[in-house]
Amino acid sequence: MPTLPFGAWGYVAFVAVLIGVPLAAPPFWITLGNYIGLYSIVALGLVLLTGVAGQTSFGQAAFVGIGAYTTAILATRFGWSPWANLVVGLVLTLALALCLGFVTLRMRGHYLPLATIAWGESLFFLFGNLEFLGGHTGLTGIPALDLFGFELKEERFYYFLIWGIAIAALWATANLLDSRPGRAIRALRGQLEMAEAFGVDAARLKIVVFVYAALLASISGWLYAHLQRFVNPTPFSLPQGIEYLFMAVIGGAGSVWGAVIGATLITVAKQVLQDWLPILLGRSGNFEMVVFGVLMVIVLQRAREGVWPWVAHWLPERPPAPVPDAPPLPARDHAPSPGPLLEVRKARKQFGGLVAVNDLSFAIPPGEILGLIGPNGAGKTTMFNLISGALPLSAGDIVFRGASIAGSKPYEIARRGIGRTFQHVRLVPRMTVLDNVALGAYLRGEAGVLRAALRLDRVEERRSRAEAARAIARVGLADARGVPAGSLALGKQRIVEIARALASDPVLLLLDEPAAGLRFLEKQELATLLRQLRVEGMTVLLVEHDMDFVMGLADRLVVMDFGEKLAEGAPADIQRNPVVLEAYLGGV
Amino acid sequence: MDLTILAILVQDGVTNGAVYALLALALVLVFTVTRVIWVPAGEFVVYGTLTLADLQLGKPPGTIRLLIGIAVVAGAMEIFDLARRGELARSPWPVLRWTGIPVAIGAIAWWLATPDLPFWAQVLVTLALVTALGPLLYRVAYQPLADASVLVLLIVSVAVHFALTGLGLWFFGAEGSRTPPFSGASIEVSGITISVQSLLVVATSIALIAALGLFFGRTLYGKALRATALNRIGARLCGVAPDFAGALTFTLGALLCAFSGILVGPIATIYYDSGFLVSLKGFVGAIIGGLVSYPLAAAGALLVGLLEAFASFWASGFKEVIVFTLIIPVLLWRSLSTRHHEEEEE
Repeated sequence: MPTLPFGAWGYVAFVAVLIGVPLAAPPFWITLGNYIGLYSIVALGLVLLTGVAGQTSFGQAAFVGIGAYTTAILATRFGWSPWANLVVGLVLTLALALCLGFVTLRMRGHYLPLATIAWGESLFFLFGNLEFLGGHTGLTGIPALDLFGFELKEERFYYFLIWGIAIAALWATANLLDSRPGRAIRALRGQLEMAEAFGVDAARLKIVVFVYAALLASISGWLYAHLQRFVNPTPFSLPQGIEYLFMAVIGGAGSVWGAVIGATLITVAKQVLQDWLPILLGRSGNFEMVVFGVLMVIVLQRAREGVWPWVAHWLPERPPAPVPDAPPLPARDHAPSPGPLLEVRKARKQFGGLVAVNDLSFAIPPGEILGLIGPNGAGKTTMFNLISGALPLSAGDIVFRGASIAGSKPYEIARRGIGRTFQHVRLVPRMTVLDNVALGAYLRGEAGVLRAALRLDRVEERRSRAEAARAIARVGLADARGVPAGSLALGKQRIVEIARALASDPVLLLLDEPAAGLRFLEKQELATLLRQLRVEGMTVLLVEHDMDFVMGLADRLVVMDFGEKLAEGAPADIQRNPVVLEAYLGGV
Repeated sequence: MDLTILAILVQDGVTNGAVYALLALALVLVFTVTRVIWVPAGEFVVYGTLTLADLQLGKPPGTIRLLIGIAVVAGAMEIFDLARRGELARSPWPVLRWTGIPVAIGAIAWWLATPDLPFWAQVLVTLALVTALGPLLYRVAYQPLADASVLVLLIVSVAVHFALTGLGLWFFGAEGSRTPPFSGASIEVSGITISVQSLLVVATSIALIAALGLFFGRTLYGKALRATALNRIGARLCGVAPDFAGALTFTLGALLCAFSGILVGPIATIYYDSGFLVSLKGFVGAIIGGLVSYPLAAAGALLVGLLEAFASFWASGFKEVIVFTLIIPVLLWRSLSTRHHEEEEE
């Protein structure tokens, strides 16, 4: 028996069923298959939007309606070609999704779904009440699709068009998730601040994902209109929009296959329930919604990831993809500029009446490890945030390589060559270590969503992955490259954060309490790594609480207390400095 | 438009607005304490109206069967949880509380549901039945997910809304119901006719809002809920059990919704699936208050009622479109005025 690569048998089975249905099955099955395909396309958009990016929309049915009504009107009233109508429908959807996204995506998580409920309902009433859209009775006489002079009137043929588009959408979405923008999208859910610090324009990316999902819905609507040859408002109402979300969640919103599984389960279940429930209950009505509602609650309570992980469990495990060597991504000029690498000049930060950092000045020459230490509440982390751009300065200036970075956004600072770690580890737990680290190189690549979806980004992607692999090897974690970052111990996760910062090709490394919560051996490993980086020419600013750790490592120390500089000098001198001892130990 | 029509529209708007205000308060209350965006609130309103309508026909309302069904599920979940913690033998009280009390309420309601039950008793039975559903629903659907993100809780809410709408169809049928007005009289003030019914609706809403104010300002339980809304962990450390706070909140929310249902019954014909539109209007009001401010939510709900009244006069087919499209500028305004940036962990 020939051995096929991972999951190939699954794909073979999938394709066999897909092709087998129209050839062998009765017409009813083909109709069912057509609807599953149409719903899968919409649910796929929701997988990306909800499962991956953490935004939720109940209003996708309205976008389906826009695609369907656009072609219905243009074809029946003006005799336009359905293919031109597809483009018009997509443009209309794009415009509407941009407007809605711009208004609602900036808001806290739950406002978006609420807004989608509101406009989902509004558009439904609009479809039903506008005379020229046919009102609640709808529009009839939509022409069949014409493909190279061949009229797709029979459902058997239309099936191939629907599934051709569905598979193309699956392919594009899977490509997108496995790419530079895909890593950023996966970080949107829960790690927004971190993603922004590495140069991700989160607000823009959220809108892009939202538009992507809306466009998929619109395509599904266009297909629907030319399949049914008739449209009325009901299939674009809010309950249908809610069902789309149910499909994505029940199927498994974490994977593109969840969309197909969910669409299949819900469509088949609905068919069965609509046949049986009225008989069981002795009266007719939409009782399947009770079953779906209860099923959803159970899925969310018991199996938040949906059906997909259960299916994936039966598939052979995917071996970690090899990372072939590739030329490095564009690197910056590391040649030292004259003077200190970083100079803090009378930096000041006030929160109301509290002066957290009081006219602090210090400088770091290239190639040095500088420790910024002080008792709890001394203002160390505030000072760190001033340098990384997380907080704006109240007064003073910060100069990096001869240019002021005061008032710059975190990603501008990252772009100039300052890499950072976070005090509380900020990794995307479900992404592999390699993907997490590759996110650090985000600013060094430029592949966008379209290029990634069409897989035109592979040259750059290979370089990004090779770059990430080198950063991981540099910190000594090569063995853990393929495992999910969330499965590592805290000490290893801290090291992954350093690798991620290294992947951004920094000149200066900012480390925020890297030793906090680490065990003794882990601290020693971390210290060894930092010494090695110094040998390689890296400059490090270390904000740290742990005296032992800093004393053995730093070239020089700056001691802070109550927002002011208490002392500065070599570790040995600081250890004997009476003022420092007073601050730490409350007098000798 | 002359002054008479204006007066009628304003009266309609304020009356509807008063009902939406109760709903908006329930939504803000439930959201602040439990972070649940309570989409199925509308179904509670509908159950309120339809239960009262059934009682007026002299038949036991479908709510009883629903109540007993959920109570049995809640009891089973309680037994399961206790058994898993190995505490099953210790006390029968949780099971009694979750199953015994609701079943008792249902049995009494069944016994009372005769054609000669006086109107005030019908109202009381309706309030008891619908209010009892609140904590049960919290126990069954939300409590196991109390720590989940707002988004997950919202999806649960929508699923519950789906289920309750279908159950409404099952228990009450597809026909719409309208309950008779509390009073058919009207009074005239300087040439403008005002129906006593409208005055009663507005007065009841104001009285309930005042009672709610007293509850939160003056009682220990009210203060416990306020504390939970402000700081969940802090309140927990002070001894406010989150499960208790959640159940209490849903009880109050269900009570407010049941009142709304009784008040709205004589104004509009209510069908099993009317709840969603009603709760969306309450939401528009609540969102105007940012889902946190009670007075702003009540004012927003009043605005929704007025807007709806005027929209139905000028463009009746589009009144829902106008009301729901209003939410977009409101959201824009809120997105520009709040700088708060929240990261939600899964």
